Amino acid sequence: MPSDRASKEGNRTVVECHSVVKSFGSVHVLRSVDLEVRESEVLCILGPSGAGKSTLLRCINHLEGIDGGWIKVTDQIIGYELRGNKLHELSERAVRRQRGLCGMVFQHFNLFPHFTALQNVMLGPVEILKQPRGEVEARSRLLLDRVGLASKVSAYPSQLSGGQQQRVAIARALAMNPRVLLFDEPTSALDPEVVGEVLRVMLELADEGRTMIVVTHEVGFAREAADRVAFMFEGRITEIGAARAVLEKPSEARTAEFLSHVLV
Amino acid sequence: MRSHDGAGAQPGRSGSTSLTAGGVPPFEPTSAGGRASTYEIVRRKHPWRFAAAIVVLLLLALLLYGAANAHQLHWSVTGHYLFNRAVLVGVLRTLEITAAAMMLGLALGVIFGIMRSSHNPVLRGVAWLYVWAFRGTPIILQLFLWFNLALIFPRVDIPGIVHGTTVNIITPFLAALLGFGINEGAYMSEIIRGGLLSVPPGQTEAALSLGASHAWTTRRIVLPQAFRVILPAIGNDTLQMLKLTSLAAFISFNELFGTTESIYYANSEVIELLLVAGAWYLVASSVLSVVQYYVERKFGRGFQRGRQQALVERLALRAMARLRTRAV
Repeated sequence: MPSDRASKEGNRTVVECHSVVKSFGSVHVLRSVDLEVRESEVLCILGPSGAGKSTLLRCINHLEGIDGGWIKVTDQIIGYELRGNKLHELSERAVRRQRGLCGMVFQHFNLFPHFTALQNVMLGPVEILKQPRGEVEARSRLLLDRVGLASKVSAYPSQLSGGQQQRVAIARALAMNPRVLLFDEPTSALDPEVVGEVLRVMLELADEGRTMIVVTHEVGFAREAADRVAFMFEGRITEIGAARAVLEKPSEARTAEFLSHVLV
Repeated sequence: MRSHDGAGAQPGRSGSTSLTAGGVPPFEPTSAGGRASTYEIVRRKHPWRFAAAIVVLLLLALLLYGAANAHQLHWSVTGHYLFNRAVLVGVLRTLEITAAAMMLGLALGVIFGIMRSSHNPVLRGVAWLYVWAFRGTPIILQLFLWFNLALIFPRVDIPGIVHGTTVNIITPFLAALLGFGINEGAYMSEIIRGGLLSVPPGQTEAALSLGASHAWTTRRIVLPQAFRVILPAIGNDTLQMLKLTSLAAFISFNELFGTTESIYYANSEVIELLLVAGAWYLVASSVLSVVQYYVERKFGRGFQRGRQQALVERLALRAMARLRTRAV
C-alpha cells in the first residue's frame, strides 16, 4: 500500500547520485543530476524521450561511464575509486563485482535466445558467481514460479510472448540477488494486453520491499507502486516528490504539461 | 437468366455493368451452373514446359550416348582405379589437409575477427593488414612462398619449440597447411566479424549487467549466436577448400588430384583418372553438405522453426507438397 511506503525517510540510502554529468560528444545527456533512493523505496522516473532517463540508469550500473560527479550504490562509488581528490577508473574486475549490486531489466528484455528460460535465470549465479548448480536450479525454478512461468522453464525465448520474456528477464535479474533493481522502460516494447502481467510482478516486488528505480511511461503504475516520482527534462531532475503529490498537483509547469499529454 | 447487353446499356445500372467492359460475361452465382461451391477448377496447361524438358533430355541422352560410345575412353580403367590403394590414400590426404586447413583458418579467423572488432586501433590495424595481404594475393603464390621458405630462412630456431633446417621442417604438408590455413583465416576473419556484428548489442549489455567479463560474454553469449550466422559461410568455405586443396599438387603434396595426376603421367589414361578424382570430390562434397545441414540445425536451437529449416529441408518439403497436389 502506498500509505505504508510513505515513511522510508529513515531507511538507509542505497543509491546516491551527486552532480552527475554525462555527455556523448557535444550532446549533454545528463546535466548535474542529484538523486537519493533509500532502502525499500520505489522511485519512478518520468519524462519525455531524450531527457536522459535511460542514460541515468545505465550510469548507475556503469554500462556508461560518467564525465562528472559521482554515483554511490550502498557505500561504493560506482566505476571509480577516490584516491586523493581524484576519481580513478576501476579495473574491469572491480566494475564487474559492483554490477552485482544492481539488477537491470531492459526495454527489449535482452534474454539470451540460445538458452531456455531456466538457463537464462541460472547462467549468472552458476557461471559468474560460481554458486553450486543444484542450489541455483532450485532457487531459479522458484523464481520462475513466482513470476508465473513454472510451466515455461524449458521454453526458449522465441517461444514466449513479450510479457513472458520480460518476466523471465525479471527473474534473471532477481537471481543475482541485487540490492537495487533498475527497470529501463520495461513495458514500452510490449503489446498492450500483456503490459498488465509485467506490472503486476513489479508491483509484487515493490510490496515485498525491493528497492527499485523504474523508468516508465506508465503513470498508472507510478501512482500505484511508487513512493516517489521524479521528472526529468533535458538532463536534469526538475521535480521530485511523493508520488501522489507530484502526479496530482505538480508544481512545475513542464511536469503538468507532460502529464496532460500522457494522461489523455 | 438475364441477357447481357454490354456496358452502360441500361442507364440506371451503369455502375454495375461497367465492370464487364472487358467483354467477359458477369459472374452470376445463380446461373445454370449451380452453386458456386461445386465448380470444378481446371488448371492452366503448360505445354512449353514439356517441350523444354524434352529438348533438354534429348541433349542429355546424346551426351551420355557419346560418352558411352567414345571408344577412346576406357571406362574399365576408371572403374579399376576408383578403389585403387594409392587413390584412396590420396582421398584421405585431401580430407586431412582440408580439415587441418579449415581448423587453422577458423582459429585464425576467430582471433583476427575479434581483433578487427576491437576498440584497440593497433589490434584493428594489424588484423586489417593480415586480411589485406592474404586476401589480396593468389593462393598458389602463397603456397609457393611457404614451400620455398628455406630460400630466405635456411634454419628455423624457435627456443623450446623447433630447431632445424627449414627444408626438413617445412614438409609439403606443412607448407600446404600454412598456405591454405592462413589464407582461409583471412576470409574467415571477415565472416566472423560479420557474425559478431549480427548479434544485437543488447545481448552484450545484458551479460555485462549480470557482472560478466568481456571474455565470458564473447564465449558464452556472442559467439554462439554469431555462429548461427557464420556456419553457412563456413560450410561454403569448407566445400571450396576441399576442391582448392588440389592446388597442393603443385608443391608436391600428393593429395587426391596429385595422385591421379602422377598415375596418368605413367599410363597416359588422362581423362579416365581425372574422372576418378572427380567422382571422389563429388562424393566428399556431398557428404560435407549433409554434415553441414545437421551442424546448422544444432546451432539453430532457440530460434524459430521457420529459420531453423535448412534449404535442403525446405526444398524437400516443397517438392513433397507439390507432388501431393499433383497426385490428387
